[in-house]
Amino acid sequence: MNKVMKLMLIALAMVAFTAGTTLAKTELVIVSWGGAYTASQQKAYHEPYMKLHPDIQIINDDSAGSGAAKLRAQIEAGNVTWDLLDALAADAIALCDEGLVEEINPDTMLAPAPDGTPASKDFGDLLISPCFIPEIVYSTTFGYRKDKFKTPPTTIADVFDLKKFPGKRALEKKPVGNLEWALIADGVDVAKVYDVLGTPEGVDRAFKKLGTIKDSVIWWSKGAQPPQLLADGEVTIASAYNGRLFNAIAKEKQPIAMLWDYQLFDLDGWVVPKAAPHKKEILEYLKFATDTQRLADQAKYISYGPARKSSAPLVGKHAELGIDMKPHMPTAPENSKHVIVKNHLWWADHEVELTERFNAWLAE
Amino acid sequence: MTTPNITQEVLTTADGVPLKTSLNHALRRRKIRSLLLVAPLFFFILLTFLIPITDMLLRSVDNKIVPTLLHRTIPLLAGWDETGQDLPDEPVFHAMVEDIKEGAAAKTILRLGRRLNFERAGMSSLFRKTSRRVKRLGQVDSYREAMLKIDRQWGDIKTWRLIKRESGTMTLSHFLSAVDRQRNDDGTIGLKPKYKRIYIKLFGRTMALSLLITALTVLLGYPIAYLLATLPTKTGNLLIILVLLPFWTSLLVRTSAWIALLQKEGVINDLLVALGIIADNHRLTMIHNQIGTVVAMTHILLPFMVLPLYSVMKTIPPSYVRAARSLGATRFTAFIQIYLPNSVPGIGAGGILVFILAIGYYITPELVGGTSGTFISNMIAYHIQGSLNWGLGAALGTLLLLLVLALYILYDKLVGIDNMKLG
Amino acid sequence: MAALPPYATIGDRIWHYTFLGICALIFLFLIFPILVIIPLSFNAIPYFSFTHKMLTLDPAGYSLRWYHDFFTNPNWQGAVKNSFIIAFFSTIISTFLATLAALGLSRSEFPYKTTIMGILISPMIVPLIIAAAGMFFFYSRINLQGTYTGVILAHAALATPFVLITVTATLVGFDKSLTQSAASLGASPARVFFEITVPLITPGVVSGALFAFVTSFDEVVVILFVGSYKQRTIPWQMFSGIREQISPTILAVATILIFISILLLTSVELLRRRNERLRGISST
Repeated sequence: MNKVMKLMLIALAMVAFTAGTTLAKTELVIVSWGGAYTASQQKAYHEPYMKLHPDIQIINDDSAGSGAAKLRAQIEAGNVTWDLLDALAADAIALCDEGLVEEINPDTMLAPAPDGTPASKDFGDLLISPCFIPEIVYSTTFGYRKDKFKTPPTTIADVFDLKKFPGKRALEKKPVGNLEWALIADGVDVAKVYDVLGTPEGVDRAFKKLGTIKDSVIWWSKGAQPPQLLADGEVTIASAYNGRLFNAIAKEKQPIAMLWDYQLFDLDGWVVPKAAPHKKEILEYLKFATDTQRLADQAKYISYGPARKSSAPLVGKHAELGIDMKPHMPTAPENSKHVIVKNHLWWADHEVELTERFNAWLAE
Repeated sequence: MTTPNITQEVLTTADGVPLKTSLNHALRRRKIRSLLLVAPLFFFILLTFLIPITDMLLRSVDNKIVPTLLHRTIPLLAGWDETGQDLPDEPVFHAMVEDIKEGAAAKTILRLGRRLNFERAGMSSLFRKTSRRVKRLGQVDSYREAMLKIDRQWGDIKTWRLIKRESGTMTLSHFLSAVDRQRNDDGTIGLKPKYKRIYIKLFGRTMALSLLITALTVLLGYPIAYLLATLPTKTGNLLIILVLLPFWTSLLVRTSAWIALLQKEGVINDLLVALGIIADNHRLTMIHNQIGTVVAMTHILLPFMVLPLYSVMKTIPPSYVRAARSLGATRFTAFIQIYLPNSVPGIGAGGILVFILAIGYYITPELVGGTSGTFISNMIAYHIQGSLNWGLGAALGTLLLLLVLALYILYDKLVGIDNMKLG
Repeated sequence: MAALPPYATIGDRIWHYTFLGICALIFLFLIFPILVIIPLSFNAIPYFSFTHKMLTLDPAGYSLRWYHDFFTNPNWQGAVKNSFIIAFFSTIISTFLATLAALGLSRSEFPYKTTIMGILISPMIVPLIIAAAGMFFFYSRINLQGTYTGVILAHAALATPFVLITVTATLVGFDKSLTQSAASLGASPARVFFEITVPLITPGVVSGALFAFVTSFDEVVVILFVGSYKQRTIPWQMFSGIREQISPTILAVATILIFISILLLTSVELLRRRNERLRGISST
């Protein structure tokens, strides 16, 4: 029994120790996506901020993947433990609509651009919700194996062409993006995509087009999977987040190339939970972390485009690889000739219904 | 019959209390003492486990949000005839405007929109749009006109029928969805359109794959349990380690082992390519589909079959089979007629246990099941964490739990819970 | 299966060896996937297959880099610390509560025994996803979601059936005459408990505690819902690793865990045999 007692005391001491060391500083719990993305935030935002404010300790919580669910449960229960949440635009809109996150006035609460342009102008129409402060523009686009095709694919229609471009495809396991691409590949004008998708015939048409390649698709659900599938040669063309593809191409030197045609633009950014435990401190942090320089700095570590206009010229070279990051931004003029801007409000209405149908379609 | 005299004299203890009373007291004291010993665990399980689960399951019927947020409209709607073709009267529209105004100010109205959007697409934006516009709505002559101007869905009788149908504090609609049913516009219950039916299929798949896995564990478990039970004790004890080691090894370790073995660039494919059985560009797809789920889960659950089988087989006296053989039965007949019937309780115990565990599996199908090898648990997790349709998730959970409880009761009837053994 | 008798026919022999062959294959199926991980975790390159260098036993084909990664990566180190803290406390709680309950339930006069037992064992039977979802909502409400306390309580609840079953099994074979004779010789109830009952049930309690420890140590579903990143355990870290992309570090962790399970298995087996010796049951 003595040994057990000793073990117990040690364990108790460990818990007390962990609790004790953290008492001295204010802990801000920031929830993000983990992996390379959190690492880029750590380097570009957290570390410089903690240097300036030695009394602040930033804790990274990697549960943004289930962030909306957990935040909803926390607020419903009146027990919010998070200070800041990194969220996709669609989730941010829903959370804001339901009053679960704070409204932020960009001109009083965020830093203006270096030339004095107010933040609301600097972010421009990316401020799609009064609660959402965008950080990055990212895109879901295509990567393909350079060594598998004599003539490389150049258009979205090529993704659906199994004859000219044989091999398996990897697509994300949800309707968003895939349905839009299917319609565009089927000849629908990008400006009309959401109108067509709004009709039952349009949905049938999109699923029919997707059906032409269904047997050759491997469905992915985590951002790391498609570059892996491409690298392993399991698929020849894959939809993926552009930052992940950049990593596979530039860092891991995989024989992969980008196909930017009709990339799907989306935003990722911050929301402040209602009743966040350290509201004052987190708003101060937010002002710092979303200023022009910080957003430009993040692009040094990951190839997503900064959300402020004023950050774009400041984007420099990759911190490790020394590559100029500007041409790798989804927003670069070369890459953004054809883009789909995700219609968040449209998806807010139709996601439930189409996901239901999509899942049933997959199970057929 | 005459009563002997002795019983008339009551037996007493030393301090004069009748023995019977004293024994009764003692028994009651012992009963209380044993109850007190069990009570802490009972309340612990109740608080940390049973109440949370019940609380979650109640979400499957909870619909308080509708009558709470539309507290002016709902009572008025009661007087409206939804079977007719007429829209509700002006007071209902007025009440709706007031309710939406209040909800917009409190930023709660879109929770209602989200709730109703699970029933019908478009409700989310209807409430979003309306809540923005009604804020600016001053004094108007006709609220009905004003709302129809904001969005013509307010002029659609189906919108009002939906609200009236979902106006109770409880709803069955999540359970209907969970069995691929829906309310038609006339209020009757019918099947969802074919392209939206998924849950019945998923329940069916979960049961079918679990049954297959159970059958495989019987098939693989029976020979080795028989071998272990008939080997000399020393050798048997040594070999049983081979069953116990996987049993004690983390589920995730075993799942990742199967990923390493089965994937395209994995050990088995490499071996087959090296042996020239398959070409390098025709590697087999054995994972992220049903094969992955079935193989990995059979491996993981096999010890749960072998151990109960083994303990039952241990109790079958070898003399039975010897007697049968000496009476002229062939090896085969002796096995079918004598040994197999005696080992059936072991198959039953192991089989139900494996089946119960299999139909609730989440981790392994999630990691190796791809799209075709996932179970109902994966869908529950998706609705809790992904789609945030908690009501539907809870309804699916309730159905799964009922299934498991039925099997649990069957297990108790056949085997007895007290006979459950580990390792 | 005893050795073949000398009078066995050729058919008997063929059947005998075929049967042994089948059994060997099944044992291989059971054990091979676990063993194959071990050499792969020493792979010098980040793939899951045996390289040519490994097969020719070239030392350059092997490396400790994945172990190095495991021991230096703060994510994994935090996970190890959390795993031990959470498993330790949940073991204490579940062992204490379940041992008491087993003592109560083993008394013959206990009312509604089967029903109570059925309820107490339910955490083992209810699908984990349901338990996890229920705890997620309820623990959020009482400020326990994302706390050590919440995770420890949840794991303790999941572990109690294992302790209960193991200790009850010890008590079933318990020779009542031992306590009765001690009492009749004048020992106080407390003395009977500590000098007779405790030594006899200790092996059962300790193996129950080991079961509880493993339950918490391996648990992955509930921690994903009830825990947050702060409480991440080894299985949490492994799960997110496998979902993202399975790196050989996971195989290194798996190898370490396999050795821990061998250790635990050996302890439980030794205890079980000691227990049977103590109670005079011939070993099985």
